[in-house]
Amino acid sequence: MIQKLLLALVSGALFAVGLVLSGMTQPAKVIGFLNVGGLVDPARFGAWDPSLAFVMGGALCVTLVAFAVTPRPGRKPWRAATFQLPTRRGVDRRLVFGAALFGIGWGLAGYCPGPALASLLTGGLDALLFVAAMAAGMALARRLAGGAARP
Amino acid sequence: MHSYWQAAAGGVLIGLASWLLLASLGRIAGISGIAAGAFSRIPGEAAWRWAFLAGLVGAGAAAAAWLHPPATVLRPWPLLLAAGALVGFGTVLGSGCTSGHGVCGLGRRSMRSLVATLVFMGAGAATVLIARYVQG
Repeated sequence: MIQKLLLALVSGALFAVGLVLSGMTQPAKVIGFLNVGGLVDPARFGAWDPSLAFVMGGALCVTLVAFAVTPRPGRKPWRAATFQLPTRRGVDRRLVFGAALFGIGWGLAGYCPGPALASLLTGGLDALLFVAAMAAGMALARRLAGGAARP
Repeated sequence: MHSYWQAAAGGVLIGLASWLLLASLGRIAGISGIAAGAFSRIPGEAAWRWAFLAGLVGAGAAAAAWLHPPATVLRPWPLLLAAGALVGFGTVLGSGCTSGHGVCGLGRRSMRSLVATLVFMGAGAATVLIARYVQG
């Protein structure tokens, strides 16, 4: 049990260092990346900042390989009985509508869940208010939809 | 060019963290899913989530103290509350966020995650475009 919790802690910590190092915890940088208007008219919209494309690129370099070799048939995770992977298939209205709402919130504040939580102790009132509202939104959606959030 | 390398290096760490959680606990490192499930009453579901979140929050603060990322100007609180609520509600409804869909789901070559990623990136870009347009 202790080992399991320790591994989860290390994974979360590594994730946070990646987020801070990559610039994902800087809302101005995130909004600069989403600012596609800057591609067309930088004088009006401000410059487009492509750097966050490299975050996803770097992450996918690892996960495209890692998720192809893990899980392997007949092998269990180191500290759990089974792999628990998402089982839902197919694109439905709920997925698209939810992703759209998330995107609007992301564009408004420049925070998505990981960076907001990684900024909780250092992001001042902004991060605190955002995370509190995010928790309330999650609780409401779980109450209404009754489903756990899994990709 | 320096910031691009730094961004890519951060991305590699995020990918490694996701792989570590999958290989050790057999779980997907979707932050919204982990956070939303932290209050689960199903035995064995809450503890590892809180440990992951403690690592995320603690190391986030330590990394910020080490790297000193530029601070953001304070934003109006109604905007932050609305944005946070949309992100929380939307990620539960849409079963994931940038990490669950964008990093892990795309890594698993999931069609659902590809669609979700394109939709939230498109919606985010449209929101920034409209906000900048309105601000003039």
